[in-house]
Amino acid sequence: MKNEKQNNLITIVSGGAAGDGARSVGGNLARLLVKEGFEVFESVDYPSIIRGGHNFARLSFSNQRVYNDHSLINILIAFNQETIQLHRDKFTSETIILANDFTGEEISEFGARAIKLPMEIYANKENAPMIASGSVALGAVCFLLNLSFEKLEEALNDVFQEKHLAVNVVLAKQGYQYLKEKQIIYPRNFESIQPIQQNKEVLNASETFGQGMVQAGLDYYVAYPMTPASPILHFLAKQNVSLGIKIVQPESELSVINMALGIAYTGKRVAIGTSGGGFALMQESFSFAGMGEIPLLIAMVQRPAPASGVPTYTSQADLLFILNSGHGEFPRIVIAPGDAEEAFQAGADGLNLAWKYQLPVIVLTDKHIGESAQSGQINKNKTNINIEKGKIVFEANTDYKRYEITDDGISPMIFPGVSDIIVKVNSYEHNEKGVTTENAKDVVVMQDKRFAKLVEIKKEFEIRDTVKIYGDVTSKTVVVFWGSTKGAVLEAAKYLAQSVKFLQIVWLEPFDVEAVLFHLQDADMIIDIEGNHDGQLAKLIRQKTGIDIKQKILKYDTRPFDPFELAKEIIILLESVK
Amino acid sequence: MNFNSSTQAKITWCPGCTNSAILIAFRQAVSELVEEQKVELKNVVILSGIGCHGKITDYVNFNSFTSLHGRLVPTMTGVKIGNPSLSVFGFSGDGDTFDEGVAHLAHAARRNSDINLFIHNNQLFALTTGQATALSPKGFKGRSTPEGNLEEPFNPLLFVLGAGASFVARTYALDIPGTKDIMKKAAEHKGFSFVEIVQPCITFFDTREALKDKRYFLDETYPTNNLSIALEKVQEQGEKIPFGIFYENQRPSFEELLHNGLK
Repeated sequence: MKNEKQNNLITIVSGGAAGDGARSVGGNLARLLVKEGFEVFESVDYPSIIRGGHNFARLSFSNQRVYNDHSLINILIAFNQETIQLHRDKFTSETIILANDFTGEEISEFGARAIKLPMEIYANKENAPMIASGSVALGAVCFLLNLSFEKLEEALNDVFQEKHLAVNVVLAKQGYQYLKEKQIIYPRNFESIQPIQQNKEVLNASETFGQGMVQAGLDYYVAYPMTPASPILHFLAKQNVSLGIKIVQPESELSVINMALGIAYTGKRVAIGTSGGGFALMQESFSFAGMGEIPLLIAMVQRPAPASGVPTYTSQADLLFILNSGHGEFPRIVIAPGDAEEAFQAGADGLNLAWKYQLPVIVLTDKHIGESAQSGQINKNKTNINIEKGKIVFEANTDYKRYEITDDGISPMIFPGVSDIIVKVNSYEHNEKGVTTENAKDVVVMQDKRFAKLVEIKKEFEIRDTVKIYGDVTSKTVVVFWGSTKGAVLEAAKYLAQSVKFLQIVWLEPFDVEAVLFHLQDADMIIDIEGNHDGQLAKLIRQKTGIDIKQKILKYDTRPFDPFELAKEIIILLESVK
Repeated sequence: MNFNSSTQAKITWCPGCTNSAILIAFRQAVSELVEEQKVELKNVVILSGIGCHGKITDYVNFNSFTSLHGRLVPTMTGVKIGNPSLSVFGFSGDGDTFDEGVAHLAHAARRNSDINLFIHNNQLFALTTGQATALSPKGFKGRSTPEGNLEEPFNPLLFVLGAGASFVARTYALDIPGTKDIMKKAAEHKGFSFVEIVQPCITFFDTREALKDKRYFLDETYPTNNLSIALEKVQEQGEKIPFGIFYENQRPSFEELLHNGLK
């Protein structure tokens, strides 16, 4: 192992009961640290409970890119006693604990590292709700890390409405002063982590995905509430006016997808979002999008299943479900971004590809990136994203055929009401006009027409990142992964002494066989890393390339990978074959 | 574009099927609506579910969308949302809407989506060769209920009134002028229009004789704007069954609110 720990990385956990503000401390810290010029990754861990239970935010920051948060804790902000007990297995000999109160045992155990911070008392004094006590902790951490209080004020200003801002600033100031007066100095050599200015911002994959779609011309977003897909719905709903889109929340996922098919029929660009259970309900209609050649973008944000599963945690167990979803055979595109920046591109690409090829596109993410925050940059300038409309026409002959046979399988598309042209869409097998057919020859012609589009889609491989490579491109040791696992893998890479090539599969369907073979066929050792039980990507790679990946690191305890633990597992596998 | 033009698709309904009467009534309704400049022909979109009724989209040369079983109603709302200038007509069966898609029906009525839903109520699944639906009478003997249907049927008009439909009517498939008139009224109504078309299935459940002298029309004295009266009228259990418009009121449609906002 290269390093036992990263000396330029600090991890802060803020934990407490649901509703007491512990999680919002994480988000505000992320804003503060990014304003200071640091790189951050912040994840949230919460049960499916509105009040009570235990939830926490965990943030790692550094002066180099942080791809994923770490579990070993440098600073713990404990809103209640339970928090200290639940997290103590991740303490080091240097961990500092900020809490309202400590037991005698804790004081004798942690000594000077147990810092009594009167969060509740200050909040009560200001007649502020308990949720505001987190601002006391923010001020205290600001002092501990020798950060600028002005930047903290800016961060609070970004979050709070005017009526709540003043009291939170007062409380933060009190937290800052409290530690200053006690002359508590962070024992680590924090000076070594100097921020670098990068003009980055705090990004969240649900929001960047939404922004990507909007820049590619989204008109409507339709969704039924489901964790962890709802952050997309909330983000787009909150800003629907400024984004120029309409939001609809119908009675069920069945209604969602069929409403969306109706919207797309009129020529409006529409996307829907759900998680595994909701998408399972949509299956018949998903197949219809394939049969009817209806452009539709679907955000599929995974959570642990089967059935209701573990709703507020993370998983990568729906890959093969998505690739095989919908009855019958029809082409689709499945893209899995690995972070917030890639989610932005996937939102834009997904909508464009759906319209260019007149088919359903799935962007496959999960709770881990869907609800985490990270520093990054996306191009918010609209002129940089092309709105690819595909073969839309506004005039046609009266013998217009919605499903006209063409060389590339893509038929010119006109919309009802645009002109006198009749547009017929059909869930039954149909002829070029869209009229039902049961003729054996017609069926073959139409099925071949739909699959002809796949040949065209594969031309996208030349201009899109179907796979991404990191690390030592010449290495014959390859680690392969997809989706949100990217973060933990690239963070784990920092601990590895051996040179390794890291292969991220971004396009899962159609599968870029040539590119994957290129990177895997000469490998001496391949390790597959996934957040599921079955090694679904490994199965897919074997199906597509014939390469049988023997070494796998699979995690299905519904928690994201910890980079340090993952690095240890990778090293064990690497050494096992030496 | 011509409202009488056909798609050349071969009609595969049973010879003498009452669906043809519904198709004729609809062609006439559209023809008159276009002549009266109430509807633009290019803006007419017809949708169907799955069942014998669903073949109608193949036979008429209008914009059409043949949906999935039970999923017609949200698709119709989607079309109206996407382009509010379209006139959206949906044809569905009692099985399609009251079995598979009943939740969608209730919600479309509640949100007052500006769509026109025509239910071909033949009181059974016909395309699947004769099983009971949610509108089949108790005791109905079908292929899945040889000893008689155990379940009580919905009263379809009571159901949609309860859910908040703003236009509720009943017509008889073989009464082509009456059906045409009600289809036109439904089209002119802004909001969710529900029309039950009582339809004898000549192959599996022929009610032509039973209905012969059992129909009467709501006369001009009937107040169509009174929900309490409508709720009673649709439950009337007499010698004869009432036909006509039971209820009609005006409130903003869902699509209006979506595009223009509350207020």
